[in-house]
Amino acid sequence: MYAFEFERPSTVADAAKALGEEDAQALGGGQTLIPTLKQRLAMPSKLVSLSGIAEIKGVCKADDGALCVGGGTTHATVASEAKADYPALAALAGNIGDPAVRNRGTIGGSIANNDPAACYPSAVLASGATVVTNKREIAADDYFQGLFETALDEGEIVTEVRFPVPEKASYQKFEQPASRFALVGVFVAKYADGVRVAVTGASESGVFRWSEAEAALSSNFAPEALDGMAPPADGMISDLHGSADYRAHLVGVIARRAVAAAS
Amino acid sequence: MPQVSMTVNGKPASGEVEGRTLLSTFLRETLGMTGTHVGCDTSQCGACVVHVNGDAVKSCTMFALEAEGADVATIEGQAAADGTLNAIQAAFQEHHGLQCGFCTPGMVMSAAALLKENPKPSEAEVRKYLSGNLCRCTGYHNIVKAIMAASGQDVGAIAAE
Ligand SMILES: Cc1cc2nc3c(=O)[nH]c(=O)nc-3n(C[C@H](O)[C@H](O)[C@H](O)COP(=O)(O)OP(=O)(O)OC[C@H]3O[C@@H](n4cnc5c(N)ncnc54)[C@H](O)[C@@H]3O)c2cc1C
Ligand code: FES
Ligand code: FES
Repeated sequence: MYAFEFERPSTVADAAKALGEEDAQALGGGQTLIPTLKQRLAMPSKLVSLSGIAEIKGVCKADDGALCVGGGTTHATVASEAKADYPALAALAGNIGDPAVRNRGTIGGSIANNDPAACYPSAVLASGATVVTNKREIAADDYFQGLFETALDEGEIVTEVRFPVPEKASYQKFEQPASRFALVGVFVAKYADGVRVAVTGASESGVFRWSEAEAALSSNFAPEALDGMAPPADGMISDLHGSADYRAHLVGVIARRAVAAAS
Repeated sequence: MPQVSMTVNGKPASGEVEGRTLLSTFLRETLGMTGTHVGCDTSQCGACVVHVNGDAVKSCTMFALEAEGADVATIEGQAAADGTLNAIQAAFQEHHGLQCGFCTPGMVMSAAALLKENPKPSEAEVRKYLSGNLCRCTGYHNIVKAIMAASGQDVGAIAAE
């Protein structure tokens, strides 16, 4: 690792100020950033730790029924505290990596990083959630912009993610056993006004909505509604773990499993 | 250089560190507590698991400065002062839950975190909880057996997997 300065402010305002400095970078749980720094793939002049900011931690319910998860909330906390209100989200968080990763990694770090195989982006997109930052609110449909790309500006901090709670939902992931990330993961969420389906792990441009499946499931919310369906293999990731055709096929299979498991 | 202070196994510990100093480095090099092992240094193997404020974390993937003011528990604090092994350590010995022993500190610390949260885990729950702790010697079977035994459950019926 290259050397850097380290700061651990206790408010979002102080963190935002520190992040205003050139080449300063936010540190969430460090579960992605620390390995990146060890490989010298990043060279921040200063790390601004968000772990001391109480105001961006925890899970709560908004007046409109949405579930609000603070940007600095760990996966372990979401797994236990979202269980009653949004069980599919809690289950997703409880299956990220392993227990030690879940005790440090945060939702803000996961969606700021937007790894194409990460789990959370699919929940945020399928729920039509709102990403709240220290500057503005961003709709999920505008937030994810491709491989490791998001709508966040330099130094912008994810302070909260607001999830409208669906009637039924499920996230199923076909785990890549070495990394424990998703080889393919599908999040299905049924709302009164329709079904949203988000796919992670599969596409070269990151998480995406599978609109054909959404249309089919909105008229019939049953696994059979997706019989024979799979997204085109064009643009799917092809690597030693699976070809593009294989991944496209898996999306259909995993989506049907998610619908069958939705509760 | 910044100063960091924390409690390690109930005793105050402090030292000078850099921003980039990992908690594992602080424990091993500054405090000389080499029971916490560094196997991969890439967040994969879990040999470096310690508890920070009661939660299992990979100390190779946390900066020492993040543990400012925290209560840290390591393998060195698991046995009693006179060297008597705790129930998990004794069960690892009894059920041959280790061979070379490199992964064992992390295994024991993960097991302790599991049993605190789930005092009577099923075999499947133990295996799932250990997904971030790799062992290249034992094939896991006796580790799982030891943890089940430490939880006070009958281990006769655990099948080799
Ligand atoms: C062994 C292992 C297995 C894993 N398995 C999975 C898995 O199965 N599924 C999965 O989805 N993920 C997995 N992960 C990744 C894990 O979920 C990370 O915790 C997550 O991707 C990053 O979150 P973090 O809080 O650790 O962020 P960090 O590593 O601290 O930061 C990541 C990036 O986000 C930025 N950032 C952090 N917080 C914020 C914020 N609040 N606002 C704006 N920017 C911010 C940082 O500047 C950095 O660029 C795994 C990681 C490991 C080590
Ligand atoms: S040394 Fe920390 S996970 Fe391997
Ligand atoms: S006993 Fe040798 S690595 Fe586990």
